[in-house]
Amino acid sequence: MMAVFQTVPALPQSVDYVRILPEIVLSIFGMIIMLLDPVMDERRSQRMLGLIALVGAIAALAATVYQAQVRFWGLGFFGMIKVDAFSVFFHFVVIAVTLLVILSSYEYMEVQQIRAGEYYGLILFGAVGMALMSSAMELVLIFIALEISSISTYILAGFRRRSAISSESSVKYFLLGSFATAFFLYGVALMFGATGSTSIDLISAALADYAGTGHGPLLAYLGVALMFVGLGFKVAAAPFHVWTPDVYEGAPSPVVGFMSTAPKAAVFAVLLRIIFEIHAPGGPWLIWVAAALSMSIGNIAALVQDNVKRLLAYSSIAHAGYLLIAFASLPANGIPAAMFYTASYAAMNVGAFAVIGHFAGAGERFVTLEDYAGLGKRSPVLAAILTIFLLSLIGIPITGGFFAKFYVFSAALQGSHPLVGLVIIGVINSAVASYYYLRIIVVMYMRESRDEESPVAPISTGLGFALGLSLAATFFLGVYPNPVLKYAALSVGLLH
Amino acid sequence: MNWLDNNILTLITFAPAVGAVLLLFFPRRDRDIRVFALVISLLTFVLSLHLPAHFNRGLAGFQFDKDVSWISSPNIHYHMGIDGISLWLIVLTTFLTPLCVLISWNSIHDRVKEFFILLLILETSLIGVFTSLDLFLFYFFWEATLIPMALLIGMYGHGRKVYAAVKFFLYTMIASVFMLAAILWLYASTNPHTFDFVAIQNAIQHGELANLAGAARWLFLGFFVAFAVKVPLFPFHTWLPDAHVEAPTAGSVLLASVLLKMGTYGMLRFNLGLFPVQSRANASWIVVLALIGIVYGALVAMVQPNMKKLIAYSSISHLGFVVLGIFSFTQAGLSGAMFIMLAHGVSTGGLFMLTGILYERRHTYEISEFGGLATPMPTYASFFLFIVLASVGLPLLNGFVGEFLALSGAFQAKMWWGVVGATGVIWSACYLLWMYQRVFFGIVKHTENNSLPDLQLRERVALWPTTIMALAMGVAPLLWLNTIDPAVHNVLAPFTQFASRVVGQ
Repeated sequence: MMAVFQTVPALPQSVDYVRILPEIVLSIFGMIIMLLDPVMDERRSQRMLGLIALVGAIAALAATVYQAQVRFWGLGFFGMIKVDAFSVFFHFVVIAVTLLVILSSYEYMEVQQIRAGEYYGLILFGAVGMALMSSAMELVLIFIALEISSISTYILAGFRRRSAISSESSVKYFLLGSFATAFFLYGVALMFGATGSTSIDLISAALADYAGTGHGPLLAYLGVALMFVGLGFKVAAAPFHVWTPDVYEGAPSPVVGFMSTAPKAAVFAVLLRIIFEIHAPGGPWLIWVAAALSMSIGNIAALVQDNVKRLLAYSSIAHAGYLLIAFASLPANGIPAAMFYTASYAAMNVGAFAVIGHFAGAGERFVTLEDYAGLGKRSPVLAAILTIFLLSLIGIPITGGFFAKFYVFSAALQGSHPLVGLVIIGVINSAVASYYYLRIIVVMYMRESRDEESPVAPISTGLGFALGLSLAATFFLGVYPNPVLKYAALSVGLLH
Repeated sequence: MNWLDNNILTLITFAPAVGAVLLLFFPRRDRDIRVFALVISLLTFVLSLHLPAHFNRGLAGFQFDKDVSWISSPNIHYHMGIDGISLWLIVLTTFLTPLCVLISWNSIHDRVKEFFILLLILETSLIGVFTSLDLFLFYFFWEATLIPMALLIGMYGHGRKVYAAVKFFLYTMIASVFMLAAILWLYASTNPHTFDFVAIQNAIQHGELANLAGAARWLFLGFFVAFAVKVPLFPFHTWLPDAHVEAPTAGSVLLASVLLKMGTYGMLRFNLGLFPVQSRANASWIVVLALIGIVYGALVAMVQPNMKKLIAYSSISHLGFVVLGIFSFTQAGLSGAMFIMLAHGVSTGGLFMLTGILYERRHTYEISEFGGLATPMPTYASFFLFIVLASVGLPLLNGFVGEFLALSGAFQAKMWWGVVGATGVIWSACYLLWMYQRVFFGIVKHTENNSLPDLQLRERVALWPTTIMALAMGVAPLLWLNTIDPAVHNVLAPFTQFASRVVGQ
């Protein structure tokens, strides 16, 4: 691991810039949007800026594909950045989510009459932070990336500023979020105290010295615990989940789709590094408790929700729990399982929130379960699409959600110490969860709507693309999961 | 093997689904949608006739085999194949679906497009259940039948339709979780890991599975619970009357004629096929449940004031015969069970279509609302009588052959099984004929019934095939039995050593 320093040149080389190419592209387009926004006519700027953001996201996706070539793999910027299958995978997920969210925001912003170009800029900047998180090899850089992504999402959560709950959501998210990142920073500091470094490679090497003794230094335990508090908050894992329902309820729906998937994917990437690359002392135990709690609390609380956004907020807590099961498994199975889960969860959840955002209408008036009554009749296409996403969230075969759960549970059952208890909790929870997802489907198809007249707006082109792409991804992951799983499995050797 | 033989099962299975996808893009002109659904379902039926035409009756094992790797981790294959057992169940499904389309022609006038899409998707998943030989694929199709069926009940049913749909869904969903657990256990303990039915069967027969001895009992029960709920066997039956009464006619037809057979098919294929020893060990209590089902279903059917509920309970009774036949482990019993599955599919499908026709006219299933219907609707009454007699088990009609075989199998196994089971034949004559008498004979009690129109051409077209089949199966059962017998013989092969002993008792 000390070999890191031998290859470090005095100045960044051009290949280093390729290693952060997606981030550069996203930042440039974000800045263009910020510069153009004040000088453009407010009425027309929306579409134009949205289009620029779209082009930016596509370009960043192309940059990721370019960067994925094996000759660009390796450490960059003095060992702060690492490009490999692992980082490319998460870059792809984060940027694809960004693309989908931009597509589905188009129509949403017009319906809500939010005229603010910085919306798209903030999404791109947020994506920069999230992308950087998955390739960062330095705890300090991770912290900075985490802050970049968090600050954009704090602002995005409050974008419906005429609505009180949106502002509440933003402030709550900001206050609790800052508190949580402080915990993370404190954890980093303690880790530095324990090992004398903030580089993941060096920490890993330093802790490896303790491997024989069976216990690490006390400070390292504390450091990992505190970092876990900060990261657990960001992925909405219990017991750090309390903010989730309020924030998701208030934030604009496309933004919820964004922040329930992209930052989570990025933070899970960080968590994978910390758990599997640092071999964090005490990690598995923490994970076990957090996974069991998240699944149970999330699902049980979701049973009694009448607001669809709150319901999916609790469901996202539960899904964080399923995902954490993979973190407690052996790395060879757990890492690809976790990566696959983030990808398939991203596809279905972004799609679900795009539907919800479209259906909510101006001022997000229609978000309770009752409003969905008769949707199967009023807008058959929308109802059918939402049904597919919900079935995927349940984990019905030929959707991505099925294989996500399948891989996670089977990863947990492999090895000499199978996590039978955790899997049983997970399976029971999946059964419980099917009730509240089905409730939405039942309401959509089998209840008559109160006012037959209220029409559902037709689906716009942008939203149509967003829904089509997320549907395609959900089915692809459910019918032919092999390529994605194989790519994810490449990271097993890279992480430890 | 030519191209068609290789891919015929795939074609049959997915033709309705392709039709459903095409329907998605149809404009909402109801007539076009109905015609298209009819064309697709007829096309599927014609395709499925390829199977009995080219089925090699001399071969044991699976035919029209198609086995390609689908997903490598976990090791899932797209493996399809049929034997004499699944052959006829597939044809039954494809035979009934066009009739379902015809019978729903006018009764469904709201959300027509969704209805036919769901119906076609249901057909695909039903056929898939009978064609898959990979346990994962099987489980997928098994679960996939749930969603369209529950939606059909919940969206197009009447009365407490949501309650019925959710109850149906939860019962079957929860029960099949146990089957999934058993399937995953089998997958994990085979080496190399596989979901392939044939490979797993071989591994079990050759004792290659570690820890099977301890787990077999639970695996057997895991599969059995899922199938017993579907059949439904006595204590698990409560979802069935609710689902039937509230379901639209086409839903009831497919539910009674095909969905229930998934359970008995599963028992034949998986419980007997994979766990012969455990099947043998558990047969006594299973048969007792089946006998309770026969008698209890019949007695409850007798007192039903609602025609549809009566037929629903009669299904519980008839399916009891099937389970009795299967767990008698005799050639006659199993062949009889298979034959009842087909005969019950045809005749109960016919009965549900007939009650549906009446419902379209009077919007009620209450027997007390009718009486003397033979006067205004003579053709209808004749069709009804014919199907009722087939269902009762009149010789020369289809019900007789199966019940005779199943009961003779039961007698061979244990005398008292046969004695108790045979009373079921008497019961079924009682409740069906009594119902027929109350509905059709006597004077017309309600004046509005005087003006009921008799059958239209479309309805006759829907009913003729079932009546013809009921007669054909009764007159020439060998046409069916000569493919069923070798397949059943194959299933029974592991049982022969004790089967002969039982006969000798």
